[in-house]
Amino acid sequence: MNRRSILPLRLEGVCFGARGRTIIDRVSVELDSGPSTIILGANGAGKSVLMRICHGLLAPTAGTVRWSASQRAGGARRQAMVFQRPVMLRRSALANVGYALAFAGVPTGEREPLALEALESVGLAHLAQRPARVLSGGEQQRLALARAWALHPEVLFLDEPTASLDPGATREIEAVIRAFDAAGTKIVMATHNLGQARRIGDEVLFLHQGRLAERTPVERFFSHPASAEAEAFIRGELPWTLGNGGSR
Amino acid sequence: MSSAFAEAFLLIGSFDASLAGIIALSLKVSLSAVLLASAIGLPLGAALAVARFPGRQALIVALNALMGLPPVVVGLVVYLLLSRAGPLGEFGLLFTPRAMVIAQTLLVLPIIAALARQAVEDAWREYEEQLRSLGVAEFDAALTLLWDIRFSLLTAVLAGLGRASAEVGAVMIVGGNIDGVTRVMTTAIALETSKGDLPLALALGMVLIAIVLALNAAATLLKEAAERRYG
Amino acid sequence: MDLGKWGFALTLALAATLGSAQESYITVSSTTSTENSGLFKHLLPLFKQKTGIEVRVVAQGTGQALDMGKRGDCDAVFVHHKAAELRLVDEGWFVNRHDVMYNDFVIVGPKSDPAGVGGTKDAVLALVKIRDAKAPFASRGDRSGTHSAELRLWKAAGIDPVAGRGGWYRETGAGMGATLNTASAMNAYALSDRGTWLSFRNRGDLAIQVQGDQRLFNQYGVMLVNPARQAHVKQALGQAFIDWLISPEGQQAIAQYRIGGEPLFFANAGG
Repeated sequence: MNRRSILPLRLEGVCFGARGRTIIDRVSVELDSGPSTIILGANGAGKSVLMRICHGLLAPTAGTVRWSASQRAGGARRQAMVFQRPVMLRRSALANVGYALAFAGVPTGEREPLALEALESVGLAHLAQRPARVLSGGEQQRLALARAWALHPEVLFLDEPTASLDPGATREIEAVIRAFDAAGTKIVMATHNLGQARRIGDEVLFLHQGRLAERTPVERFFSHPASAEAEAFIRGELPWTLGNGGSR
Repeated sequence: MSSAFAEAFLLIGSFDASLAGIIALSLKVSLSAVLLASAIGLPLGAALAVARFPGRQALIVALNALMGLPPVVVGLVVYLLLSRAGPLGEFGLLFTPRAMVIAQTLLVLPIIAALARQAVEDAWREYEEQLRSLGVAEFDAALTLLWDIRFSLLTAVLAGLGRASAEVGAVMIVGGNIDGVTRVMTTAIALETSKGDLPLALALGMVLIAIVLALNAAATLLKEAAERRYG
Repeated sequence: MDLGKWGFALTLALAATLGSAQESYITVSSTTSTENSGLFKHLLPLFKQKTGIEVRVVAQGTGQALDMGKRGDCDAVFVHHKAAELRLVDEGWFVNRHDVMYNDFVIVGPKSDPAGVGGTKDAVLALVKIRDAKAPFASRGDRSGTHSAELRLWKAAGIDPVAGRGGWYRETGAGMGATLNTASAMNAYALSDRGTWLSFRNRGDLAIQVQGDQRLFNQYGVMLVNPARQAHVKQALGQAFIDWLISPEGQQAIAQYRIGGEPLFFANAGG
């Protein structure tokens, strides 16, 4: 199983426009393994669109997205994404993880043990047979993480994973993400929660109106941001900021 | 008229063997047709919901329009196909229950397919991003959605069953309303009405409605119990 | 998945129960008036008992019944339109035609009898009176044997009823029972075969007004679809049915059929 890593991921001149509006404006960046990357920006800055372009759900209208090796090795996807609202099938929690494994080409006999292992890693093993749709919001999001984790992806994209959750559930999710990070998975997470960014991130990619305004290690970003837009964002002067911790 | 109803109740009370045969055949024909139409129509509707191709909208409009296919027209077309003078005459299917199943399947297929298409398309809006993220291709996604929304699909199937058990035009023409062979509830009602035996016709009508009501009630209870369990 | 297997098994089971029986049977096309008279319910069990052959009757108007024979969708035809039957035999569509029985038509009408025809034995005169009074008349209008008989009577009266179409002359395009239903609701006159009338239960205000005219007699015949034209015809079984109908046994069975104690058909296969 000597596979070349799919990282670094290289974006060059990536643009995305829809209905005449420019949503992503000539973003060039290289994401490598190691530091967990937080994508910050106000609502409408383009965080979600950029994540989806990286993950492959959207095609850029200009520019290129290049992984360093084939994303699909024997059918398995080597990068996965967790969305703000988890979408579960009408079956048990275990079966939902098994479903993802099936489409990754894992043979039938191996699916259940792998799925159980994934559930254990997020602390949901005791709910394995529960119908996924009756789980709480926080439990479903943990299940989504387990489902993404089950394939041991090299990169995990997370699009505002705790935006719909209460503080308790948020803490649980952040703990799981930190554990995955510690295990070596590259974390790329979009959030508008500045406190969360500081807790989880190592570096910040700051988007402003579709442009990459700056890329800075996390602590320096919050104390000495390089760009005026970032400073304004942090001071909470941008009127549409919703995060709970705009000031330092 | 009220005396007709009174007579009708008496007739139902004195349940007889030929009535049992007619009821059994009605159920066999309509249930078979709905099963067949579901086997074809559910995947068809699901595929139409997720696929994108030129002319898709026109196809959806046509499918929706076919829901209103007049049963007597379907009966006529199937008759011409199955007649000895027609292309499929050698199979000798005319005036048999099988011909009735064929006609009702054709009648019910657009209903089930069109309603399934709508239900799956609504679900696709919710599931699409997540399923694509997991690397699920469209056709597999269609099947996954069919199973996931199975309780909502029950409504489509019940609509088909309602149509099949209520119609008389198609089964009359292709079945011939032969006593003991292809006589079903609706054709029996038509016959007794034409003989002026209104109490018997009414009695049969009430039995038919009661059966369809019972089937619907059972299906709905099942659906609600399952929804509570699976969320 | 369980549901799929269960559904498939159910379909197979249903298909099995719907499969054609291996028993011997023939398909006979006849008319709604014959079916509605109840004659077949009386005759066919006797035939089956004797020969083991099941007779499946598809009842429709005479025109359609004959067409069905021409298309080959049945094995034999049993209708009451001798002129058309003989012509079709000449043209080679059918073989082995025999007279079987006859019954008669009656003209029914409201008890109030606005055209004043009650008790007449002259059917043609009655129709003239009905037209003159512009009393409502319900016609089958469906190419049936009864309809053809009705048109022959109008022709004999020198009247073209179509002139009154939409006014006093109402064509239902339907079977005998349905037409009688309409006549009953409209309090109209109508020509009906006696058999359907005797078993008709929705008479409303109608009663028999005219009967007994020779011109109201209605000859029934049976014939086999020509096997030379339709290879699949069950020739032996169909011929057995015809032979039984014209045999003394069959003829007696026909004569024994009664409604309310009254005989309906008069067996005349012997000529």
